[in-house]
Amino acid sequence: MAKVIVVTSGKGGVGKTTTTAALGAALAQTGQKVAVVDFDVGLRNLDLVMGAERRVVFDIVNVIQGVAKLTQALIRDKRLETLWLLPASQTRDKDSLTENGVASIIREMRAKFDWVICDSPAGIERGATLAMRFADAAVVVTNPEISSVRDSDRIIGMLDSKTEKAERGQRIEKHILITRFDSQRATRGEMLNIDDVINILSTPLLGIVPESEEVLQASNVGCPVTLNNPTCAPARAYYDAAARLRGEDVPMNIPSDRKGLLDKLFGRRAA
Amino acid sequence: MSVFDRFKPRSTAVVARERLQILLSHERVARGQSDLIALLREEILVAVAKHVIIERDKIQISMERGESVSSLEINIEIPHSPDMPMAAGF
Repeated sequence: MAKVIVVTSGKGGVGKTTTTAALGAALAQTGQKVAVVDFDVGLRNLDLVMGAERRVVFDIVNVIQGVAKLTQALIRDKRLETLWLLPASQTRDKDSLTENGVASIIREMRAKFDWVICDSPAGIERGATLAMRFADAAVVVTNPEISSVRDSDRIIGMLDSKTEKAERGQRIEKHILITRFDSQRATRGEMLNIDDVINILSTPLLGIVPESEEVLQASNVGCPVTLNNPTCAPARAYYDAAARLRGEDVPMNIPSDRKGLLDKLFGRRAA
Repeated sequence: MSVFDRFKPRSTAVVARERLQILLSHERVARGQSDLIALLREEILVAVAKHVIIERDKIQISMERGESVSSLEINIEIPHSPDMPMAAGF
């Protein structure tokens, strides 16, 4: 029985799709069956970030409308045999998603996978509310920047009121994932620090992903950053976050690619 | 804190944190209130509907939030009917 996770944020461009792909690949590497689902109907991108854009035949809207079966629309990753992608439709509008349709797809996926990771579109409209609707847990991707924190606060409010779990009176598990963090700027007081963000949102932290060139390098070639360069700082941050999702107790740190003098001398990887 | 710190301009991160804290404290209250408006709207409709026939789109509710006081404005159009005494203002 899968755990259903929504990767959401409210604000666009903070790293939801990067996070969905990176966490999906990290979880699939443990041998568990993972499906990543793109809910951004009309503006799909998870297929590109996963490098599967030329293999899309059917999409989530085809499945909802009964044109294709779920098994026909799922695309198996070429690198990891336990990782699958359900793409969004590029030609339809977001109203093609129906609550009953999404409910039945999620129900079917729960039985087939260990993890179902739903990549939410930006905004608070239909696509975003349906992406979170049936989730057991949420990863709220937040940049250390005021407009992103404000939108995360709004999304947290929606997770607590508009999801099926919330309506049943149950608690939805929520995590903050801070992305694009720059330790040096935070130290200089030019960027909100981790404690500021966590205190303001009063939600536990899943991980801290540092700002890094590696993220763009990975998306350029259509590979989750955790697979493209598993030892780079953002990849290590995502591996730690995936381990925490699995319930492991991993000490919180901010991975860095900057090398200290000792590392340069001995050629060690920076911790 | 060093004596020199007081000559330093406040860091922009501190300004950002304070602005967010003030903004979100207001927005969180507003979110709660919009639910309250919906609740009041429904309950007032039910109460009024017990006595007169009203149309759903003939009722307007708005709420304004001030520093210390908020106001709830209710406007209901009640049609005159021959078998009913002239409706007084709500």
